[in-house]
Amino acid sequence: MNLEGSFFVPRPRAQVWALINDPEVLRQAIPGCQTLEAVDDGYTATVTVSIGPVKAKFSGRVQLLDVQAPESYRIAGEGNGGIAGFAKGGANVRLQEQDDGTMVHYAVDASVGGKLAQLGGRLIESTSRKLSQQFFDRISDIATAA
Amino acid sequence: MTIAKPALRIEDRRFLTGQGRYVDDIALPRQCHAAMVLSPHAHADIVSIDTSEAEAMPGVLAVLTGHDVAADGLGSVPPFFMPELWGGPPGYATMRPLLVMDRVRFVGERVAMVIAETADQARSAADAVMVDYAERPAVVDAQAALDPKAPVLWEDCPTGNRSVTLKFGDAEQTAKAFEAAHVVVQRRFVSGRVAPFSLEPRGCIGDYNAGEDHYTLHTSSQDPHGFRRILASLVLNIPEASLRVISPDVGGGFGLKAHMHPEDGLVLWASRRVGRPVKWIATRSEAMQTDTQGRGQTAHAEMALDAAGRILGLRVRAYHNLGAYFWGTATPPLFFSMQLLPGTYVIPAVNLETNAVFTNIAPLSVYRGAGRPEAAFVIERLMDEAASTLRLDPREIRARNYVSPEQMPYANGAGLTYDSGDFPRLANECAELADWDGFAARRVASERAGRLRGRSITSYIEVAGVMNERMEIRFDPSGTLTILAGTHSHGQGHATVFSQLVSEWLSIDMKDIRYVQGDTDKVLIGRGTFAARSSMLGGTALRKAADDLILKASKMAAVLLKVEESDIEFADGLFRTRNSNQTISLKEVARFFYLPAGPVMRFSLGLYGEGTSAGKPGAQPNFPNGCQVCEVEVTPETGEIHIDRFICVDDVGRALNPMICEGQIHGGCAQGIGQALCEEMVYDESGQLTTGSLMDYCLPRAEHMPFIQSKLIEIPSATNVLGVKGIGESGTIGTPAAIVNAILDAVRPLGVTDLQMPVTAGRLWDAIHSAASQRDEMKGRQS
Repeated sequence: MNLEGSFFVPRPRAQVWALINDPEVLRQAIPGCQTLEAVDDGYTATVTVSIGPVKAKFSGRVQLLDVQAPESYRIAGEGNGGIAGFAKGGANVRLQEQDDGTMVHYAVDASVGGKLAQLGGRLIESTSRKLSQQFFDRISDIATAA
Repeated sequence: MTIAKPALRIEDRRFLTGQGRYVDDIALPRQCHAAMVLSPHAHADIVSIDTSEAEAMPGVLAVLTGHDVAADGLGSVPPFFMPELWGGPPGYATMRPLLVMDRVRFVGERVAMVIAETADQARSAADAVMVDYAERPAVVDAQAALDPKAPVLWEDCPTGNRSVTLKFGDAEQTAKAFEAAHVVVQRRFVSGRVAPFSLEPRGCIGDYNAGEDHYTLHTSSQDPHGFRRILASLVLNIPEASLRVISPDVGGGFGLKAHMHPEDGLVLWASRRVGRPVKWIATRSEAMQTDTQGRGQTAHAEMALDAAGRILGLRVRAYHNLGAYFWGTATPPLFFSMQLLPGTYVIPAVNLETNAVFTNIAPLSVYRGAGRPEAAFVIERLMDEAASTLRLDPREIRARNYVSPEQMPYANGAGLTYDSGDFPRLANECAELADWDGFAARRVASERAGRLRGRSITSYIEVAGVMNERMEIRFDPSGTLTILAGTHSHGQGHATVFSQLVSEWLSIDMKDIRYVQGDTDKVLIGRGTFAARSSMLGGTALRKAADDLILKASKMAAVLLKVEESDIEFADGLFRTRNSNQTISLKEVARFFYLPAGPVMRFSLGLYGEGTSAGKPGAQPNFPNGCQVCEVEVTPETGEIHIDRFICVDDVGRALNPMICEGQIHGGCAQGIGQALCEEMVYDESGQLTTGSLMDYCLPRAEHMPFIQSKLIEIPSATNVLGVKGIGESGTIGTPAAIVNAILDAVRPLGVTDLQMPVTAGRLWDAIHSAASQRDEMKGRQS
């Protein structure tokens, strides 16, 4: 599943950058995220996701890679949902300075395995799109409200 | 007379009233349940397995891993046989453990097993087994797996991911034929992976008796003795007498159950570990991930013809996707998909090759047809392409190339010798039944309704009759008898057909015949049922068993009638003397074999007959064949396909029960229609199965099924005493080609020249539209 998009936040780039590096903001923005704790090289997270008939609690890691403050990073996660399978994915996020705020560009890739994948491409893809969209919508909301 | 009658199936009363007894109907005292932990990765190293959480869960009795399998010394399982046994080169054979310990090679590979009080508890605990994987790159396509840069599955295979290459024919002669050709047609044909999909999923119960140090396996099997041999001698390392395999009613096999699966060994071992019977029944989604699959062949094929449309040569290079293991009976499809490529036609020169390749998907094995549908698809699609190129009628080009009855026995150039058959006659009968000449008018009518009509006429040939077989007939003291069959019916109606035979030969009423199969403690030995083998091999062995029984009984009859044995004749259930009108019935003679004293002491106590038969390799198989005419209507705006006419004329040799023959044809056609129109197991590039449920894997439904008009032609086989030819697979073989050719005939005027299976409405719509835009582009360039 691949998804690209961008949105505008009427806030300076440094402020947006701080927000998308804030574990509490990430926790609020990741759909179904229950815990997000900082560890050495990133975060550990528990996330509950429902896809079709499968509801699974994923425990996994979230990492921030290729960090080029305050311009871009890759946020990557992978989680194990037990027999439901696994999910992994990430997003390349780039912040573009504009006169009156910041343009946030993102490109998401995600893949799943095991029982989740068995649900079939259509269901997985539509759910992944929905979840990714929710994530960036919330980032946008939080940033705009900040 | 009962043979050749459409006798109603004895077994159906039981099945239709819910009295069948399948593995899941069996509940043993104190039984517990197993669930498997499956790999979610197509290719990964197992870093660690944490079973602690699962072990602490309610009802859990044991959690077992590949390390336990190794520690207990359970053997790994090689393929049932490799191509070498059938005269091929050696090839690389894999050894598959019951649970993998260090590395998974496909999604659905068994990694651990949980035993618990209930099936739900076992499944919940299986969810809690934490496996840490280190992923490796995966490869899912057979040709991609031959790239030197592709991930390697088996490092000790000297030929990379290629296990074996089979070659047939004469390369040099074929090259010459192509040089002399007036026209060459070529195409790439894909027979994708399809799921056998038995209505009853796989399931088994292992029951270890510690007091006797003896195992019993109840399993849904097509071949109980084959399961016993592998499980006893290769997995458990015990004498075969220490394992009883019982295969009760089986709800469809289609090749899936021809060979044991890891769970069969696992439940036996687990039963010994926990001291209780252990039951495992696949869930449907588990079956879809873990079952073996059929077909999986891509073929690059080209045919050389002269100006008159006579075939000069055939060249095919194919790739079979073995999946992660060379498993079970993967060898026959490799052979039959090549050896039957000449089909029903005279082809003077062939050069055929297939490569069996390892990839990170579920293992390949036999599925109803096993290589024959792939062969029929290639040759029959090429015939239509040749007809189109040469502007010949598809019926005419075939008529110019059929092997004639006068040429029998006919060596097809790929290692098979057809014993009998009249292909031109079948084609004519089929065309007549289909009202071939009325097509033009029907096409006009369809066009008026906005639909495109197309048709096809295709032939198929099958090779049936592998391995030897044994049957036994036993009288009991009251004069009824029991057939103990080495074959195994799981939908084929053997209880009826074999009873019909014995009833006629021995003049015993059908209701006095009991049929027993599928229990290694009752049946001495047998090969089970697959590959349309049972009519010839079971039937011939049964004939010999009846002869053996009559011979034994006639010695007793001679004593009882006080004449020489040479003066005794048997007919209509009676022994009579040649020179008087004294008679004694077989039933009465049988009674004397069970008396506590008397003349029986000159013979063995008890009356029974046994017979064996021989098949391929070593003895000649038979060659069922047939012709199909298919007419379809296509709605061009939607790509919707409707099968309007479907006529099957099948040469079944001598028809033992025509109703059952036709039922087998109908079932086979349904599966052929599924492959042609909707079924395909699809893996994404990382090896994830994306058609893992019935939401995405499309089985044919009632709406796909046409009315099948069937006619049986009885041209006796010369290779067996009954003159029978197999029928179990026939419908699956020719059907995909018949349907795809008919669809192409309908849309060829729109510029569509090729279609890959499954031809879904979406795929057909795409083909129609891309042909249209190509046409527009051409027009644009011209103007």
